[in-house]
Amino acid sequence: MTVVDAPQTQQDVQLHAVPRTFVRSEPPAAEDLDPGSRRVLKAVTAEQSFVQTGAWLASLALTWLIVTRLLPWSGVIAFVLTFFVLGLVMIAVMTALIGGWPEVVDRVMSAVVHGAVILMGVALASTIIFVFVRGWDALPHLNFFTQDMEGVGPRDAFDRGGVLHAIIGSLIQVGIAIVITVPLGIGTAVYMTEIGGRFARIVRTVVEAMTALPSIVAGLFIYTVAIVALGVPSSGLAAALALSVMMLPIIARASDVVLRVVPGNLREASLALGASRWSTVWNVVLPTARPGLATAVILGVARGVGETSPVLLTSGAASFTVLNPTDGVMNSLPLYIFSTVRSGEPLLISRAFAAASVLLALVLLLFVVARLVARPKKGIR
Amino acid sequence: MSTPSATVLRTEPPRLDADEPRDLEIVQSGADRIFTVTTRAIAATVLVITGGIGIFLASSFIPTIKTYGWGFLTGSTWEPEKDVLGIGSVLVGTFTVAFIALVIAFPLSVLGALYIAEYAPPRLRATLTSLVDLMAAVPSIIYGLWGFFLLQPHASGVAHWLHQHLGWFPLFHVGTDPDKASPQIYNYTASAFIAGIAVAMMVIPMACAVMRQVFAQTPPGEREAALALGSTHWGMIRSVVLPFGRGGIIGGTMLGLGRALGETIAVYLIISPSFDLKLRPLEIGTNTVSALIAGRFSEASDQQLKALLAAGFVLFIITLVINTAAAMVVARSRSGAGADA
Repeated sequence: MTVVDAPQTQQDVQLHAVPRTFVRSEPPAAEDLDPGSRRVLKAVTAEQSFVQTGAWLASLALTWLIVTRLLPWSGVIAFVLTFFVLGLVMIAVMTALIGGWPEVVDRVMSAVVHGAVILMGVALASTIIFVFVRGWDALPHLNFFTQDMEGVGPRDAFDRGGVLHAIIGSLIQVGIAIVITVPLGIGTAVYMTEIGGRFARIVRTVVEAMTALPSIVAGLFIYTVAIVALGVPSSGLAAALALSVMMLPIIARASDVVLRVVPGNLREASLALGASRWSTVWNVVLPTARPGLATAVILGVARGVGETSPVLLTSGAASFTVLNPTDGVMNSLPLYIFSTVRSGEPLLISRAFAAASVLLALVLLLFVVARLVARPKKGIR
Repeated sequence: MSTPSATVLRTEPPRLDADEPRDLEIVQSGADRIFTVTTRAIAATVLVITGGIGIFLASSFIPTIKTYGWGFLTGSTWEPEKDVLGIGSVLVGTFTVAFIALVIAFPLSVLGALYIAEYAPPRLRATLTSLVDLMAAVPSIIYGLWGFFLLQPHASGVAHWLHQHLGWFPLFHVGTDPDKASPQIYNYTASAFIAGIAVAMMVIPMACAVMRQVFAQTPPGEREAALALGSTHWGMIRSVVLPFGRGGIIGGTMLGLGRALGETIAVYLIISPSFDLKLRPLEIGTNTVSALIAGRFSEASDQQLKALLAAGFVLFIITLVINTAAAMVVARSRSGAGADA
């Protein structure tokens, strides 16, 4: 460590008019080495928080003045927008009093980022809360979950009729779709990652391309092939096929991604111990990837449960409970919501929102389950 | 007991010309053979199913073009009674809705991804990421309900305001007089603008997830170098994080565009169908390819069904091209190596 020491004598000063660097001959005393406490890097100084609070308060006051007193605008949107823009201006002006241009940009962009996140949060929260609030009229009636809409008129009160038929229909259709897509999807993913080769590359290219298939086109495909050409009636089975066509590339691709991240040395260790390929896949690769595969399947199912457009074209809407998927028209939750909302009858719209709450709750449940499954287990190994 | 073989010292150096890979003879067990054959059969099935759809759509495209000519792609009328079909105006409508969705979703998803990767407290990051994924899992019909019942009354007011004050801008033009004593709010409902906002809700989580993944991979060394040189937080983001994540920003946006083009039910719920070729997103009435299919499939004759399939094929090809380009942009960028787009 070099330290500039003070020149010792008058002679030194004359000899070296410029200060010289001396090497310290002994180590510094221990008390000089105090490193101090660790600096907090992201601390907000009192000045910063004053500027922030002050800016937003000033903006609030000014917005109230402008929107309610000076200009003929009204409404929540005008108020919030003016408030936000004025707040940015205030922050810019007040920061410019303290610091330079980089600080101004930094503070303003920080406010913009936070504003955007709040907007997204409000949008998501308003979606979920709005659906539950509008559905609350019909939801507390227990019969909503135990009855179907057979013989229930559009103006009947909420203590008659329910969405049991739609819930059952959704479960049956998605169930069939799961039975079709999960073995096919995971099997294809296993083939693409574990066996490989030129054919696997072709399959992967086609599967990835088909994830771009809009769901309505999947529905139209089944409608044209199964219903129009082959004469299969509009039924739960046709809807399940349409859902399968839509879900198959999604699940195959997601499983492929999950299987590809299984570490190669696990496979090699298993093969080096003399295990066959099949036993490596069954005992090493699939168990390692199980949480990821479960997540892929559950998210694919959540997508399938909520998808309206394939079932709109293929299942037809029944108002009564149908248990046999090959036996004519069958309703499902998204389709029930869609068809009742378009009726325009206020009571039916409330029922649609209640059904939407059920659907949303179902999707949320699947989502939470997917998260729990995907979470790495603690305490194992 | 056999005599243990003694170790013999080699008397001459090994011959070096035998420097070729050994022939490995792999003997598959019976189980392995079954495994290979089974998975190959499954993969072939999936290939036939998925590839079959593509070929089927393409095969309905050709007779449609033969019947209606290339004007099918540019014509702006859909009159089954006169047997005149064209999807020009519908394609324009599809892109208008997607464009509006992107205009709203692009800044929000970039800023949201930046917040999660840069501004949020580290212990909140996992929760916020889950929330974005949750936003992607909400069914599109829910966003449709949200757009139709909650958003529309407010958004049509905004549209009226935009028309009134910024009506000179061509995109904000509406074919009515904005300054009427009793403004006809009705003219500002069921428009591409409102459908675009609802679609943006579905685009944001897709784009945001890709961008967040990419931003999170910014090398800490470069980040810290910028900060050590005295850059502010935003200065660091602008000079390190955003250039590093450019591939992810473009790729994520394009993936979102692919989703926006194919979205059906939210759009179909909100818009009122019209077949005018127009670029007035604030005005009532527009149409998209998927809404056209949803609205017209039930009354279509054989030939018209083929035409709808052809329209679906065009939509599929556009989405496919965009998704492929997005995947290439993400994979080629410096940041995209580990991102799964």
